[in-house]
Amino acid sequence: MNALTLFGLCGSALVGVGLYGLIVNPQPLRKILAFNMIGSGVFLLFGVVARRGAALGMGGDPVPQALVITGIVVAFSATALAVALLLRLHEATGSATLGATDGDGAPGV
Amino acid sequence: MIGGILVDGGLLAMVVVVAVWTILVRDSFAAVIGYACYGLLLAFAWVRLAAIDAALTEAAIGGGLTSVLLIRAVVRLRVTEVSAQAETPGRLQRILAAVLSVAVAVALGVVVLGLPEPAPSLAPRVAEHIASTGLGNAVTAVLLAFRAIDTLLEAVVLVYALIAVWALTPDRFWGGRPGPKYAVDPNGMLAYLARLLPPLGIVVGIYVFWVGADLPGGKFQAGTLLAAMWLLTIMAGVTDVPPISRRLLRGALVAGTVVFLAIGFAGVPLAGAFLAYPEGFAKPLILFIEAASMVSIAVTLGLLVVGPPERGDAP
Amino acid sequence: MSVAGAIFPAATTAGGFLLVLMLVLPVLAVLATLVLGGRHARTVAMLALPSGLVLAVMLGSELVQSGQALVYVLGGWAPPLGIALRADGLSAAMLVTTIVILLAVAVYGDGDFPMSAGARETRAPFMFWTLLLAVWGALNAVFLAGDLFTLYVALELLTFAGVPLVCLDGRPETLRAALRYLLFALFGSVLYMLGAVLLYGTYGTLDIALLAGLVRPVPAVVAAAALMTVGLLAKTALFPLHLWLPPAHAGAPAAASAVLSALVVKGSFFLVIRLWLDVMPGIITPLAGQLLAGLGGAAIIVGNVVALRQTRLKLLIAYSTVAQIGYLFLMFPLAAGLVAMNLPADPAVTGGLLQAISHATAKAAMFMGAGLIYATLGHDRIADLQGVGRQLPMTLLAFALGGISLVGLPPSGGFFAKWLLLTAALLTGQWWWVAMMVVGGLLTSCYVFVVVMRALVAVDGEKRPKMEIPRYREAVVLGLASVSFLLGLAALLPTDVVLIGRPVISAVGLP
Repeated sequence: MNALTLFGLCGSALVGVGLYGLIVNPQPLRKILAFNMIGSGVFLLFGVVARRGAALGMGGDPVPQALVITGIVVAFSATALAVALLLRLHEATGSATLGATDGDGAPGV
Repeated sequence: MIGGILVDGGLLAMVVVVAVWTILVRDSFAAVIGYACYGLLLAFAWVRLAAIDAALTEAAIGGGLTSVLLIRAVVRLRVTEVSAQAETPGRLQRILAAVLSVAVAVALGVVVLGLPEPAPSLAPRVAEHIASTGLGNAVTAVLLAFRAIDTLLEAVVLVYALIAVWALTPDRFWGGRPGPKYAVDPNGMLAYLARLLPPLGIVVGIYVFWVGADLPGGKFQAGTLLAAMWLLTIMAGVTDVPPISRRLLRGALVAGTVVFLAIGFAGVPLAGAFLAYPEGFAKPLILFIEAASMVSIAVTLGLLVVGPPERGDAP
Repeated sequence: MSVAGAIFPAATTAGGFLLVLMLVLPVLAVLATLVLGGRHARTVAMLALPSGLVLAVMLGSELVQSGQALVYVLGGWAPPLGIALRADGLSAAMLVTTIVILLAVAVYGDGDFPMSAGARETRAPFMFWTLLLAVWGALNAVFLAGDLFTLYVALELLTFAGVPLVCLDGRPETLRAALRYLLFALFGSVLYMLGAVLLYGTYGTLDIALLAGLVRPVPAVVAAAALMTVGLLAKTALFPLHLWLPPAHAGAPAAASAVLSALVVKGSFFLVIRLWLDVMPGIITPLAGQLLAGLGGAAIIVGNVVALRQTRLKLLIAYSTVAQIGYLFLMFPLAAGLVAMNLPADPAVTGGLLQAISHATAKAAMFMGAGLIYATLGHDRIADLQGVGRQLPMTLLAFALGGISLVGLPPSGGFFAKWLLLTAALLTGQWWWVAMMVVGGLLTSCYVFVVVMRALVAVDGEKRPKMEIPRYREAVVLGLASVSFLLGLAALLPTDVVLIGRPVISAVGLP
């Protein structure tokens, strides 16, 4: 077993742990945390793929590494939007839960 | 060899343990702190994977800025903590979720370990073409030359996200300043740090951007550092966030993308294609794009953290 | 033993630069509205959208003339190292549809989000115009990008543009619906990316045309297909991942609902088409196609039945969207079945796309019409719609025409789409989808009938409308509904525009 298999297993484990957190935690903030964890697990798998592609003096395939960097920034913006939405919801309603999913309230104009 | 595997194994075990703790702990604040530690440990994991640029980005954005965002959120949501903790899912749901998660993780692990050997890689092609970009850092070459459209669209994603955050402003505060007015304690530790760190941070940030052409680094990491310094001065009350209606602020947001597009279109007559670089001028053009983008990224990331306006535009 | 012969040209084709312009124009427009400030947002949108329409028509005609897909290799770096933009008939059709609908929404929305020169920038109008352009930019990226990771970024663009549309008026219920939408969308994104990493790990590229030639039914690819599909289904709100849609689309202001139901969900659906028909036609087993369409069938039944039980018009229309999305997925087993019989998959593909376009136009018109009804009556309770027919005759006609297209009566686009899908179903012997479409049509006709009949009931005395509706807004709604109503006449077109530049699927592997 080389080190890369460890990283691959770790990435898969993180996806699993994040998925558990997503399903089990009803609070949106914890769900946001879980999403970030799943995302970082996926990025780690990208890193494994990059390392496997090491060649010609480069420590890893640079394309997956670039994809990870882009992905981290995109994930951060998604988190920022989700947090802003959650805080606004809390400010407007006093609660920070998603509540029931039936046709919520009166439709808008 | 054995030592390397032990180090990796130990590090990854710590990562997984902290991750599990973060998910399972009841208190949300503890979970956020756990996530911050998790992010920083992950940065080490990236170093072990020989992906230093990714390590820098994970440490700065994934572990750093995301944690700032989440800490601000969890503090504001403190009042809902008690009722939130009362809502725990039933035993059965947790067992089913655990079974599903383990199954997914195992299946994923099996699939990942079964990926073909020898691994397909674009490293040889990158090595073949990197000389024409004049860059030494292959990741920067991929980001700014070979897959430039991804980076361009990603800058647009940041702008879209900020627009979406601003859409959440209460109507009466539109055009105002984001975030609360932080109290100024001129003798406090925070004010001291806010005067000490930013000059250092700015220098380090510019260095990270400059050196990113040939060594690990680049505009994202640099921009994040600058954003962090700005946020520090805001939180210490040393400076105040400008109102979002200010033209200069909006100009700073779009500057990077505009420069990127302009140079991209200039590539059509000069180098034959949109986002192509003329022979010999690739590196200076790329650095120019990165410099403008660094400023935009810093402003955008900072504004994403402070959120939508919460007060009018009076100082 | 399966191969999808990708006939995408490998280098930039003539007219390829139009793809770049189509991609960049909306982005420039969004940046311009941000910098110039709120009062000019409307001007920028009213200049950019028609220009985009001209570009899209030029793109379409270039496509028809050359008879093959348009390609633009970005930066001169060819895939797998670089990224290419590609437009085939599907892209062109969706590009034109998007702009037409956005133009209609822009004209309509002018009434709800007025911006007078000299006034201060206010939140809702500024956001409306900016988000309209933002959705446009995101969709153009979805229709034109040729690389799976670029498409991931495009999907995120679409989500960030769509979520604030849900809570555009800032009411608390809409904030909750927007958060739920965002969480579902993020779930979809993360699954999509997980699939992408498996594909890259197996083949070293994410370029669609290259992958089409490389994919084989190995576990990693099958897992990737499953993950990416589930992720895209969450974004498209296919049953059972549809729970976020009704509150989100019903709660948004009418113009925003129109954009969300008509266009935003079509973006991720377009990617399902790309994935199943372009990247992995040989990998997708017939069983998987039946399963997907089975979910679509469940969506049709559940969506229509719940729509029948609604008391408010906007929620009825939203649940109708849930049902109509189900129809879109019927094209997959039909296409697979045709290919397995060595017949061209044209009827299924054209049928699916036409269903998407006629639903988009009809649903946009219906949501906008519901908005006008709400503005006139002050409510949208279906039980109390009497008299609306006299006050808003054009709107009611538009609603009826849109409903006819949803049900699938001639000469509407919905009719032609279902006719194509029925033809495919009968050819491949999948008669159960015929039954499904008939049942769906019957259920849809029930609630369309109820609404139209209720509104046609004359009421004694002239009811004072809450708000005067300018005729041009009704005209726009009627115009869009007429497009949907007359789309069936596309059967008379000489060439099958939709199929230009499509890869020829030669055989389907059956592991």
